[in-house]
Amino acid sequence: MTAQTLVTDGETDVVVTRQFAAPPQAVYRAHTDPALIQWCMLGPDGWSMPVCISDARPGGDIRFEWSDGQGNGFHLTGNYLDLTLHSRIRHVERMHLPDPTPDNHVDTRFDTAPGGTLLTMRMSLPDTATRTAMLATGMEQGMEASYARLEALVGKKA
Amino acid sequence: MQTTPSLDAAFAALADPTRRAILARLMEGEATVQDLARPFDISQPAISRHLKVLADAGLIETRVEGSARPRKLNPEAVQALWDWLGQYHALWEARYNRLDDVLATLQTEEETPK
Repeated sequence: MTAQTLVTDGETDVVVTRQFAAPPQAVYRAHTDPALIQWCMLGPDGWSMPVCISDARPGGDIRFEWSDGQGNGFHLTGNYLDLTLHSRIRHVERMHLPDPTPDNHVDTRFDTAPGGTLLTMRMSLPDTATRTAMLATGMEQGMEASYARLEALVGKKA
Repeated sequence: MQTTPSLDAAFAALADPTRRAILARLMEGEATVQDLARPFDISQPAISRHLKVLADAGLIETRVEGSARPRKLNPEAVQALWDWLGQYHALWEARYNRLDDVLATLQTEEETPK
C-alpha cells in the first residue's frame, strides 16, 4: 500500500512519490521538526545525525550533520524558500563532501489521499551531470566511498 | 568497437517518453527500425534520431545480419543504470519506512487523551 516510485523527469529532475498512512499534518511535521528529521533521514549504515537544524520559515536555515561516531562525517546545508502549512515545502539544499555539490531545489507536496497522504517530492538539479552524480551516490556507504565507487564503475565502462 | 556509455547520456536518453517506449519494446527482444517505428505516430527519420541517442548513450546496439540492421539492448548498460537508480530508491525507501514508524507513534500520541 505504500509503494514508492522514483523516476527521472526531463533532463534535470527526479520525482519520488510515496503514500503514508497518516494525515498531511503529521507527514508535514515529520519533514520540519528537527527531532523527527534526525530519526528519519538515515545516512549510511551505522551513521547517525547528531546535528539537525530546521528553521521552518522562509529563509530559515537547514543543516544536517551525519557522523559515524569515529570522527568521520559529512553534512548538508540549505534554506527554506517558502512553506504552505501542511501542504507544501520548497527548499534548496546541497551536500558538503567537503566541497559543496550544486544546489538541489526540492519541492515537496503533501496531498490528502485515501487512507492518508500522498507525498510528492520533486528534486531539480542544475544539470544532467549533477543529477546523475546524485542518483549514483546512495550515501549508504558514505558519500566519498560512493564517489570512489562511481569513478571505478565509470572507469570500468570506459 | 565497444561504445562508452556515459551515465549522463544514459539518463538524458531516458528522459524522453518515446525512447523509454523503444527501450521497453527492446526488452522483449531485438527489433528492426520499421518494427520500432510502427507503434508511434512519427516518421522513420525521427525514430532513427531517437535510436541514435540511445546508441550514443550505450543503451542499445545494432546487429548486422546481411542487409538487416536489427537493434538490441545492451543489457550491461541498462543494468548499470538500473542499479544506480535502485540504490537511490533504496535509500529513500529506508527513510520513508522509518517515517512510517514515526507517524504511527505520532498517531498514538494524538489518540492518547491528555
